[in-house]
Amino acid sequence: MAEIARSTPTAQDLRVQELGFHTESLKGRSIEKFFDIDLDAPAQGFSLPDAYDVDFKKRAEIDASNMTASVVNQAIRMLMQDGYGTIVIRNPGAKHSIAVGILNRLNLIIEGSLGYFGCGLIDGPNIRISGRVGWSCAENMMSGTVLIEKNAGSQFGAAIRGGDLVCKGDVGSRTGIDMKGGNIIVGGDTGAFTGFMMQRGRMVICGNAGKNLGDSMYDGTIYLGVEPASLGVDAVWGEMTDLDRQWLTRKLRMYDLLPQGGIGAFRKIVAGKQLWNYDNLEPTEKKMVL
Amino acid sequence: MGKQPKSGKNGSGEGLDTAREKMIGQHIGYRYDVNLLPDYDRLTPYLKAYMEFMGWDDLNWLEDVHLGYEAGEPAIFDRNINGWVRIPKSIDLPDNQQDRDMLARELLVRFQTSPNHPLKELNKAYRKF
Repeated sequence: MAEIARSTPTAQDLRVQELGFHTESLKGRSIEKFFDIDLDAPAQGFSLPDAYDVDFKKRAEIDASNMTASVVNQAIRMLMQDGYGTIVIRNPGAKHSIAVGILNRLNLIIEGSLGYFGCGLIDGPNIRISGRVGWSCAENMMSGTVLIEKNAGSQFGAAIRGGDLVCKGDVGSRTGIDMKGGNIIVGGDTGAFTGFMMQRGRMVICGNAGKNLGDSMYDGTIYLGVEPASLGVDAVWGEMTDLDRQWLTRKLRMYDLLPQGGIGAFRKIVAGKQLWNYDNLEPTEKKMVL
Repeated sequence: MGKQPKSGKNGSGEGLDTAREKMIGQHIGYRYDVNLLPDYDRLTPYLKAYMEFMGWDDLNWLEDVHLGYEAGEPAIFDRNINGWVRIPKSIDLPDNQQDRDMLARELLVRFQTSPNHPLKELNKAYRKF
């Protein structure tokens, strides 16, 4: 039998062990961290550790026409360090990877269009984009709001975990692929395989959806205003509740997307839960179950 | 302390609901209703202040936070540490899920923004820029 070679722990390994993290099996084990909370105590602040203290009233502008994406992102960070809470980016020129990795509250206004991977890995900011966005906009978004006035490319909101991602126009295929939380709202139509492998969160599509809507979705909710070309594997129609209607009305009104006739035409799609195979079954056993 | 969900939803390993769960000996799916939408009439003052601070019109990412159960104890899943945070025994749980979820949201933000949060240490260890 092969043996696992163990080397001397590095300084990084030791640091991780000091923090209480180990490589052993987590089953049946917990890391005990004690933390007392007094709910009557006044709030100590709402920022995450090491976030920049910014003021929404303090405003700055960046002309990105002669800057690389990296320089633009560094400029945003430096302005946040200086306390600027409202930043306007002019002439983004559809550059890729603009406004990524912002882990702060911030009002960011982008006047123009973005290329691929715009606004990825963000946690907290409110971003408004007056133009279009390319593939994978707001990938892995954690919280905040992103509002796109025109259209978006494929993989819109891929693996999003939280926050509101809104496109007022149409979006490409695989919208919200592998989403794990948050809300994706599309004012127009969306392409094929929207909500593919969706695990949590909500998606609102005011127009039509392409083929295989909600394919292999594990959980979560899709609200659809018009028709899908087809539903995907294990996506089934659900029943709208009063809470659904209230939430949908409020959310669409927030982004000026509420149809004149209200949300009466919207229908709900949920997981049929026949593909829940996250277990230790062998492939042959899985076949028996299905 | 408020009631826990029926057995089979509390992660205790007892009361597995379906034949399929019994066959594999473990729960399938989330242990609480992840699709439950928040009732905004039940916001706590702390959460209102948090929304205002962040510049949001609603709970934003906190809409996905619910009070769950870990090892039979009420707990909140903290995505920043990829682990469950059990709530102090001194806190009484409300008798309905909407209020329990609001409590969970408040406690989670208080925990994440406190200097005791493990993210503070992790940040020191791993931050690249």
